[in-house]
Amino acid sequence: MTDPALFGYLLRLGDDRLVLGHRLSEWCGHGPILEEDIAMTNLALDLIGHATMFLSLAGEVEGAGQDADALAYWRDEHAFRNLELCELPNGDFAFTMMRQFLFDAWSVPLLEALTRSAEPRLAAIAAKALKETRYHLRHSSEWICRLGDGTEESHRRAQEALDELWPWTGGLEYQDETDRALQARGIAPNPAELLSSWRGLTREVLTRATLLVPDGPMRMTGGRFGRHTEHLGHMLAEMQIVARSHPGAEW
Amino acid sequence: MEASSTAQVAEDPARLAEFEARLSRGETIEPKDWMPDRYRKQLVRMMSQHAHSEVVGMLPEGNWITRAPNLRRKLALLAKVQDEAGHGLYIYCGTETLGVDRAELIDQLLSGKAKYSSIFNYPTLTWADMGAIGWLVDGAAIVNQTMLAHASYGPYARAMVRICKEENFHKRQGYEILATLSRGTPAQKAMAQDAVNRWWWPSLMMFGPSDKDSPNSADLLRWRVKQKSNDDLRQRFVNLTVPQAQAIDLTLPDPDLKYNAETGDWEFGAIDWAEFYQVIGGNGPCNRERLGARRKAHEEGQWVRDAAAAYAEKQARRKKSAA
Amino acid sequence: MTPSNPPGLSSSQPASDQWPLWEVFTQAKDGAPHEHAGSVHAPDAEIALQNARDTYARRGEAVSIWVVPSSAIVASSPEDAGPFFDPGNDKPYRHPQFYKIPRVGKEL
Repeated sequence: MTDPALFGYLLRLGDDRLVLGHRLSEWCGHGPILEEDIAMTNLALDLIGHATMFLSLAGEVEGAGQDADALAYWRDEHAFRNLELCELPNGDFAFTMMRQFLFDAWSVPLLEALTRSAEPRLAAIAAKALKETRYHLRHSSEWICRLGDGTEESHRRAQEALDELWPWTGGLEYQDETDRALQARGIAPNPAELLSSWRGLTREVLTRATLLVPDGPMRMTGGRFGRHTEHLGHMLAEMQIVARSHPGAEW
Repeated sequence: MEASSTAQVAEDPARLAEFEARLSRGETIEPKDWMPDRYRKQLVRMMSQHAHSEVVGMLPEGNWITRAPNLRRKLALLAKVQDEAGHGLYIYCGTETLGVDRAELIDQLLSGKAKYSSIFNYPTLTWADMGAIGWLVDGAAIVNQTMLAHASYGPYARAMVRICKEENFHKRQGYEILATLSRGTPAQKAMAQDAVNRWWWPSLMMFGPSDKDSPNSADLLRWRVKQKSNDDLRQRFVNLTVPQAQAIDLTLPDPDLKYNAETGDWEFGAIDWAEFYQVIGGNGPCNRERLGARRKAHEEGQWVRDAAAAYAEKQARRKKSAA
Repeated sequence: MTPSNPPGLSSSQPASDQWPLWEVFTQAKDGAPHEHAGSVHAPDAEIALQNARDTYARRGEAVSIWVVPSSAIVASSPEDAGPFFDPGNDKPYRHPQFYKIPRVGKEL
């Protein structure tokens, strides 16, 4: 492979969105009200669509004949490069929306930066995904306000969700050789810069939602190099079972 | 002209006559128009049942979203199920124009008082069921809905027009899934045939019993809500579908299926109506699970709905005191 | 019996578990009028806009959306049809055919 750094980076971008989109799709038919069922499914569709674009490009860069489907359905969990934040089970609606918000607030500045990537194919995908992701952020922000500043129960659930999710956000500032190499080439942004946008955005919305931003230590994370929670294995087992049961088949 | 003997309200004969004259002129009835109480009740029943079916119908297919075998199928299935939510939404909103709140309709569904299409009480057991449902179940729904696009009640007809536009991709998607399986590996082909064998008869039952056995048909036909009988629609569906099965090399599980060259109809075997009444009466394979899932979603969603309502109220009060 | 208010006029009714009803109007493309697309339930205007977009514009069918609480819609009544709408065919001067002009070209 000529460009393992770019390949690895694209897997991260694709896997985040594939795993998160898959989690959101689990809500289909079970949402708190019909309109929100439709809304969450829209999010899922957009995210899986973005994932498909990133993973397709990853396959091209890898140059081993793998397409997005091959990467999505035939890798084991240690080969996935998504954040743990994305793979956590949905929990209740507060947990799902809080996780979505924390991701969207990261994804928007990230995609904005990627539209300026020196790798034009990546910049093009980022531009396509950015519009929809801005809408996602609008949607999840509005829900964080309604949950945080709604009823006592919704406030409690939102705060609990935030308290549980916050320690996973340490994964957002993860940097390794891949990031440094791509930054040097002008292909990817510095995660630390994105983090300051993210902090500003999240603080503003969480405060408006009357929620307390947690202050504790971050959890050890390893998703970016294939060391996941126990949840991913179960999720992939379900996601991949039909494809893997029929090797070589077309669908 | 006279009010039906089972009507609870004695209708003003002059208004009733004018109403029926409007129908025979092919006019559309709108929410604010005068209508017999029985017409209103029949429409609320029929439309809400239709809406319930769309929403419950999300569940059998929703069962396979997380296991869709490639990304394109995953996206397509998600989009299809999302459309079904949308269809339920359009029809609930149409029903609400008749003076009933959606919350009340949902209560009727979850308490078991309201019916929904029997077909959704069957389990989806393999990926091929996604093909069979799209092709047969949506196919049957399209035959029904195309007719309903001319229903006498405006909001219902308009919802049907919107739905018909969206429905065609559902049927194509299902048919394409089966076509691909049928020319795939032996295991895939067997999967496809098995799914068709399980979904064929329930799809025929979707059109309901023969009109002579259907208590509401007479009213609905007279009032131009329906324009064709259940048997006519069922026959149309069979005629459309048999050649489609042949084209993808799958058989239909009916040894009595034979073409009548004179009528141009594919004659089919006897439907087991006992099974239909079992399922519609609550003892089908999945009735409890379907309603259970809807109840759970509704109950667990209560605090969410309450939160949004509370926030809206707070914001309104804040705006008022700031003004 | 037909209710005396249009359905959806909820000011005298308790709040619905399913949130208030809103009417949705969409503009198909630049320059076109907004047309009634249907309804959605929403707790407030922002969510109503989002729900309307997700329900009626996810296939790119709209460039602009209006949402209005259903209770704010004032509608003419079918009983008004006579006095309100009948053209009274004794007013031909409202129609261009009434006017005879020398042929001066296409502008008029």
